[in-house]
Amino acid sequence: MKGIFSKKNMTTNEMFVVYIILALSLLIGLVNPAFFALSTVFGTARSMLITSIFALCEMVIIISGGIDVSFPAVASFCLYFTVSIMNNFHIDSVVFAFVCASLFGLVWGMLNAVLIGKFKIPALIATLGTSSLANGATLVYSGGREISNIPNSVDALSQKFLFSVANATGGKSALTVFIILPIVLCFFMHWVLKHTMLGREIYAIGGDANAARIAGINVMKTQFIIYMAAGVLTGIAGISNTILMRNANPSNLMGAEMMVIAAVVIGGTRITGGHGTVVGTVLGVLLITLVSNNLIMLGVPNYWQTFAVGLIIVIGTSITSLRAKKIALSPKL
Amino acid sequence: MGEVFLELKEIKKSFGGVHALKGVNLTVKKGEVHCLAGENGCGKSTLIKVISGVHAADEGEVYIDGNLLKGFGPIDAIRLGVQVIYQDFAVFPNLTVAENIAMNHALQTGKKFMDWKESREIALKAMKQIGAHMDPDVLVERLSVANKQMVAICRAILEDAKLLILDEPTTALTANEVEKLFAIIENLKSKGIAIVIVTHKMEEVYGIADRLTILRNGANVATGDIKDFDRPTFVKYMTGRDIVEANYRPTEIGDEVLRLEHLSRKNSFDDVSFSLNKGDVLGITGLLGSGRGEIADALFGIAPAYSGKIILHGKQISIKSIDDAINHKFAYVPEDRLTQGLFLERSIADNTIAASITDYFKGGKLQYGAMTQAAETWIKDINIVAPSSEPLIKTLSGGNQQKVVIAKWLNTHPDLLILNGPTVGVDIGAKADIHKILHQLAATGVGIIIISDDLSELVQNCNKIIVMSGGSVAVELNSSETSESMLSAMLNGKVEQEAAK
Repeated sequence: MKGIFSKKNMTTNEMFVVYIILALSLLIGLVNPAFFALSTVFGTARSMLITSIFALCEMVIIISGGIDVSFPAVASFCLYFTVSIMNNFHIDSVVFAFVCASLFGLVWGMLNAVLIGKFKIPALIATLGTSSLANGATLVYSGGREISNIPNSVDALSQKFLFSVANATGGKSALTVFIILPIVLCFFMHWVLKHTMLGREIYAIGGDANAARIAGINVMKTQFIIYMAAGVLTGIAGISNTILMRNANPSNLMGAEMMVIAAVVIGGTRITGGHGTVVGTVLGVLLITLVSNNLIMLGVPNYWQTFAVGLIIVIGTSITSLRAKKIALSPKL
Repeated sequence: MGEVFLELKEIKKSFGGVHALKGVNLTVKKGEVHCLAGENGCGKSTLIKVISGVHAADEGEVYIDGNLLKGFGPIDAIRLGVQVIYQDFAVFPNLTVAENIAMNHALQTGKKFMDWKESREIALKAMKQIGAHMDPDVLVERLSVANKQMVAICRAILEDAKLLILDEPTTALTANEVEKLFAIIENLKSKGIAIVIVTHKMEEVYGIADRLTILRNGANVATGDIKDFDRPTFVKYMTGRDIVEANYRPTEIGDEVLRLEHLSRKNSFDDVSFSLNKGDVLGITGLLGSGRGEIADALFGIAPAYSGKIILHGKQISIKSIDDAINHKFAYVPEDRLTQGLFLERSIADNTIAASITDYFKGGKLQYGAMTQAAETWIKDINIVAPSSEPLIKTLSGGNQQKVVIAKWLNTHPDLLILNGPTVGVDIGAKADIHKILHQLAATGVGIIIISDDLSELVQNCNKIIVMSGGSVAVELNSSETSESMLSAMLNGKVEQEAAK
């Protein structure tokens, strides 16, 4: 643990988030001692699962100088159409579910890439458009109805656990196998960003797209890779969500973009691009998850949670922005 | 001097009917510093882009090392050893020094993986080669402009550069940094690298160049050894007209316009007093951080003084905000016209009336006719080169942009005009125009304060010069009894004193 949290591996910003998480956990634990239990760890991990996949994609996109608000709609599209196709054609295959959702995601990602990379539409506007398209298509097709009969072999995945531990009340706390997904993704993304030229090109175009072009980086190609990969991962996250929730709901992921962007920014990714780390993003997701899962325990009414998340976004972005300003004004070397 | 590295013959290039280059010849030899001089818009940038393969020439031939090049792109130019350092350096602020230096090399060699250790070693080696000292692990956003430029130079020489083109390399550098840069250029030159410096600054040309090519309106008007050009000839070739800049000496000094008494602002400047009479042009100079810019900020209410008196036409006034300053008819031409002085996406007319817009607001609506008329009068009066008042500011050259900033304030009929670096990045012709305007204004009783580190500009245009140091007035001089070299020695003396402390 000490190695991971050493000064070498953590930025000041990330340490700051760690302190907030520790303080918040202590506070929640004082009010509700039941918080300090393995079941909390499992529950939090389960809540973080889908959000962290989204957040990792969003982080890479923001590092590259873009932003994506279309992923909740795209994920909903992927999960709903995949389940619907499987039911209509009586396909009961785990592989098909993931491949199909990934392909839908790839197509939406490609659309984003074309709009942003080729037509040079600002990323926010482009992905707002895609979001509306994907969400509209899903709502038209579904009529707003959810599908609750998931093909058997796929549904069975929801009951596969990595660990299960009997808890004090005699019940069982279990950790879903799906947790492997974000964990593998974290290591993979860290490797790509830090140790491949593709990763460094992503930072470079986020730092200065024009300089990147002059240096011989194919900016458009890099953008296509980023948005298409994000599309695939969004599809996978969508179908995973359906399996875990055991239904295909066309709209319950909608609105997740705010939380995800908040998590990414709190984790130290600068909204203006060029900066961001996997560790920071995971910490950001953890903080946001703790807040949204546990504020109710602290006696904060339900509706105030949205307010609290808003507050975190405002404070989090202010801190990053003030730090950037401080760097800009600091004596130059 | 060595053999010819680059030869351009009769290069022509037009953009949609506009002839940017009308048959340019250029010969650059190995191990020489060749200045490519010319005013803004003369085709210098286009020519560089032809050499670096960004633009293909419509007609003409490009030879590198004696070989005729056909249909070459940026990557081909880089492979042949042509490296361009652009004005903005094209560095990545969010990456470390080492990564910035090594990245192009990694990209050129088609690497797939990032080797942090190797990139650090490459960077250190490149820095050693040019004698730069920077921490390879620091982010480039934390570097000074001069060091960002060093990063760009390190990066360029890694690619086995045989020709290094520097586009306006000294624009944002202090005098000291320019010296360091020139030392590095000399060093590269001694290694047999051909160097082209694009510039419109005369001091630079005489400071470093071996040979010189002057462009005007897309054609080369003169080329040859630097010793064959004296300054007046040089200016004449650049501008196409004779510019005689006599030193400004007011014919008569009238009543007092402005007086400062013991003006202070903690950590900015301390106990500053001076006075300015009708006909005076006051120059303020000093090193960065000496308080020279802060005085202007205080007078214009941006960062007001905490104590002391400001007396305008014999009456004490109080300036606590920009509104106060404007109400007292103060005008301020800021240091960075692009971010502080202009609305780049708006027309000349909009910019010209920006500070006096309330005058055009009558009966609940804006008098567009009067606005356009005012702008067009100024275009004529101060010689702004533009077909009408409609073009967007961003399409004008630096000199014309600066004239618009001045017109904006002249349209408020100011009593006091403060100019911070009035001719930075302005070419010789426009510079002379701006100086002429200032002299005329001073004669009509407008108080003029020029803040600048361009010492020749101060000696030429001011009859009083104040040298600031450490926030207070170090010395006040009458410009008829000082010279550029005296001022320079004085400023550098300050540097030595500070260093001794």
